[in-house]
Amino acid sequence: MTNITVNGKQHQIDADPNMPLLWVIRDIIGLTGTKYGCGVAQCGACVVHLNGEAVRSCVTKLSRVQAQQVVTIEGLSANNDHPVQLAWNEEQVPQCGYCHSGQIMSAAVLLRENPNPNDADIDAGMAGNICRCGTYQRIRKAIHSAAEMQRKGGASK
Amino acid sequence: MSVSNISRRNFLRAAGLTGTALFVGLYFPANAEEAKVAGADAVEATDIELNAWVHIDTDGKVTIFSHRAEMGQGAYQSVPQIVAEELEVNLEDINIRFAQGDRQKYGNQVTGGSSTIRGSYKNLLKLGASAREMLIAAAAAKWTVPASECYAEAGHVIHRPSAKKFHYGELVEAASKLSAPKDVVLKKRPEYKLIGKPLKRQDTPLKTNGSAVFGLDFKLPGMLYAVVERNPRLRGKLKSFDATAALKVPGVKKVFKIQTGVFQTFRDGVAVVADSTWSAMQGRKALIIEWDDSGFEHISTDEIYHRQSELLKTEEGLSVRKQGDPDTLLNSAAQKLDVIYETPYQSHSAMEPLNCIAYYQPDKLEIWGPIQAPEWVQDFICTQFKLPREKVVINMTFLGGGFGRKAFMDYPHEACLISKETGTPVQVVWTREDDMTQGPYRAGISYRCQGAIKDGQFIAFKLKAAGQNIYHWMGAPKTQPNRSISEGFLAPYYKSIKDLSIADIPFETPIPNVWWRSVYASTNGFAYESFMNEMAHLAGKDPLDFRREYLKEEREQKLMDKMEELSGWKNRKKGEGFGLAITECFSTTVGQVVKVSRKSDGKISIDKVWAVMDCGWYVNPDIIHAQVEGSILMALGAATKHEITFKDGLVEQRNFYNYIMPRINDMPEVAVHVMDNDENAGGVGEPGLPPFAPALTEAIFDLTGKRIRKLPFKLDEV
Repeated sequence: MTNITVNGKQHQIDADPNMPLLWVIRDIIGLTGTKYGCGVAQCGACVVHLNGEAVRSCVTKLSRVQAQQVVTIEGLSANNDHPVQLAWNEEQVPQCGYCHSGQIMSAAVLLRENPNPNDADIDAGMAGNICRCGTYQRIRKAIHSAAEMQRKGGASK
Repeated sequence: MSVSNISRRNFLRAAGLTGTALFVGLYFPANAEEAKVAGADAVEATDIELNAWVHIDTDGKVTIFSHRAEMGQGAYQSVPQIVAEELEVNLEDINIRFAQGDRQKYGNQVTGGSSTIRGSYKNLLKLGASAREMLIAAAAAKWTVPASECYAEAGHVIHRPSAKKFHYGELVEAASKLSAPKDVVLKKRPEYKLIGKPLKRQDTPLKTNGSAVFGLDFKLPGMLYAVVERNPRLRGKLKSFDATAALKVPGVKKVFKIQTGVFQTFRDGVAVVADSTWSAMQGRKALIIEWDDSGFEHISTDEIYHRQSELLKTEEGLSVRKQGDPDTLLNSAAQKLDVIYETPYQSHSAMEPLNCIAYYQPDKLEIWGPIQAPEWVQDFICTQFKLPREKVVINMTFLGGGFGRKAFMDYPHEACLISKETGTPVQVVWTREDDMTQGPYRAGISYRCQGAIKDGQFIAFKLKAAGQNIYHWMGAPKTQPNRSISEGFLAPYYKSIKDLSIADIPFETPIPNVWWRSVYASTNGFAYESFMNEMAHLAGKDPLDFRREYLKEEREQKLMDKMEELSGWKNRKKGEGFGLAITECFSTTVGQVVKVSRKSDGKISIDKVWAVMDCGWYVNPDIIHAQVEGSILMALGAATKHEITFKDGLVEQRNFYNYIMPRINDMPEVAVHVMDNDENAGGVGEPGLPPFAPALTEAIFDLTGKRIRKLPFKLDEV
């Protein structure tokens, strides 16, 4: 039995301790916002926050998250109103949308660590997330816009 | 989401455009949150259908159905945006639902060929207007006033003289009993409130909080998960397998052989079914399998291009088009060029790997998944399982990318085969490695282009292509040429280059092929437009001025004016390389200008791309911009980052560590301009892709003098 807290809720998980957190979240807990894209930490579709840090849930074993705090896209904000989510809506970033849970979770950590990123900072911080639809130009723009929202004391979290 | 959360509504189908019948349907919302809310809602208003696209409940809530797949290209927004315009409702006040696959009701639902808007906008405008007129007629009857004194606005019918109003919900029952008007007056373009505006997509909020339901996210009670070990050599057979160890893996329920349809042949595989995706994957790893690879060619990439190149030297091929006598002119010309362009095989690699849910029951077979072509799936499944259409139900979820791969039937077929065997709902999940190694792929094609210049004029053009033909896989006779070899080429050239021939040299391999975003134009465009640039230089002319001589129609001239103006084509500075290309596919013409420079570290940088799109009538300019930005990035990946290669019949790439995707640091600045005119609507999702590679290689030539004729190439090595 592994105890984990996901989006503030405690779960006791009876599963193979080697099962990646991704499949625990999706198939056992039933939160499907976190996506499977590659399974080998290449694409970033599965990024969640583990104790506040962005991790690839597809290569994070269940045993590693015992008694720790996980936040998924569903738990990033109560009303889709984290500055990054607001900016993603404002700039109309997603196309197919599949990679954007991971993009948003990566961007949220980037902005917390660097509230005023320039384009090069954004490229470096977001290079772990693949978008096949090619929304990168809008991702850059939305991160700048979210940074500005944070500076103005918007709905920052 | 579970089925118990799905809102079950009785739809009373009344007289609409498609006739009268009682209709009971189950539609699932696109949004998990909404599904829960809908399920918890004990008291529901009655939903009444005015036509297949428009349902209104008695509280006035309007539901508009999107009959096409949503894979990022925006049909979920643009179909309702069209209907809502004439129906006179605000987009933010409506529900949007995916229609089920139903050819009788919705006509062609195959979401490909950039066809959603161009193929249905005139009908959608009429459907919206016709529903509006029925509501106005119902209001006029209630008030006993002439319909001409009433008008519709924001979900209400208003009586102009008295300012009395009804909301649509108060009218829908009466309206549904009326016949749909035969003729409706449609708005003129300046009267549009929604169409032509960059309205925010209704699916964006669902895609920023994890609530959008993609195929992989759909769940049913009692659903099991399956993965399939398929022969790693394309088209090989299964000799034997031992499931003893696999069945010992905790969670694994069943292991069995399946044969999945791939065009007209079958792919052997061993399915592992378990209670979680992970357990199924672990069971699969424990399988012991012996494959039978005899009788299949173990092809390699080097052989493919060697054979194509030999064919281009020795064969004339099957004629696709011939006018005048290019051969004689080529023989006698003093100034001529004879070159070969090579393009690679590509994987679609949508971010959502292939997956599908099926539930095979005694009285029906129901499918849920990321499906681009619901009626093709329905046709195929009906044939395979010998079931009538009414027993095969196809539900579309959001697609995490499609690019043509999800307009194919193999993965739904697998889900159905496995569910039939287990008797439970099953989700089959392809791993990224399955998705990348199994195809079908975009075919790699080689082109030989020959051209002659006389007195500065392009007098003769001969193109031959050697590459696999998608349509052969679908049963087209092998004696017929692949007419798609002319896709991407601009029709006005046929008038201005009088001596011209295009031929297809049949070429076969065991590698299955299917359409990939922009289909043949994605490779043809590189050959046609690279050659146009090369011929301009041979004639000693600027590539844009050269094109102006051969593209004389007003639309093309205006497009080129805009390209020149936006990019500053004639004002380039020292150290800047400029290149351009113009292609047409799916009734839309796109011209692109690429600017490159060499950075201080010696590497080539793509500094900016200007794209000008002429797609005629359009719905949402912001979606068009997004589609062109994305098409350019996808073209950049295919030109400079990745290709599928084969060795001994095996695909060499397995995942994103060796099929390298462009990332955010590879994204150039892209500026898109959409032309305004009153021409018929053209496609949007694909036509932005083909011009990029030839414009890029021309820009590199302009900067460095180095001509690139083989894709992909590495930007860092130029």
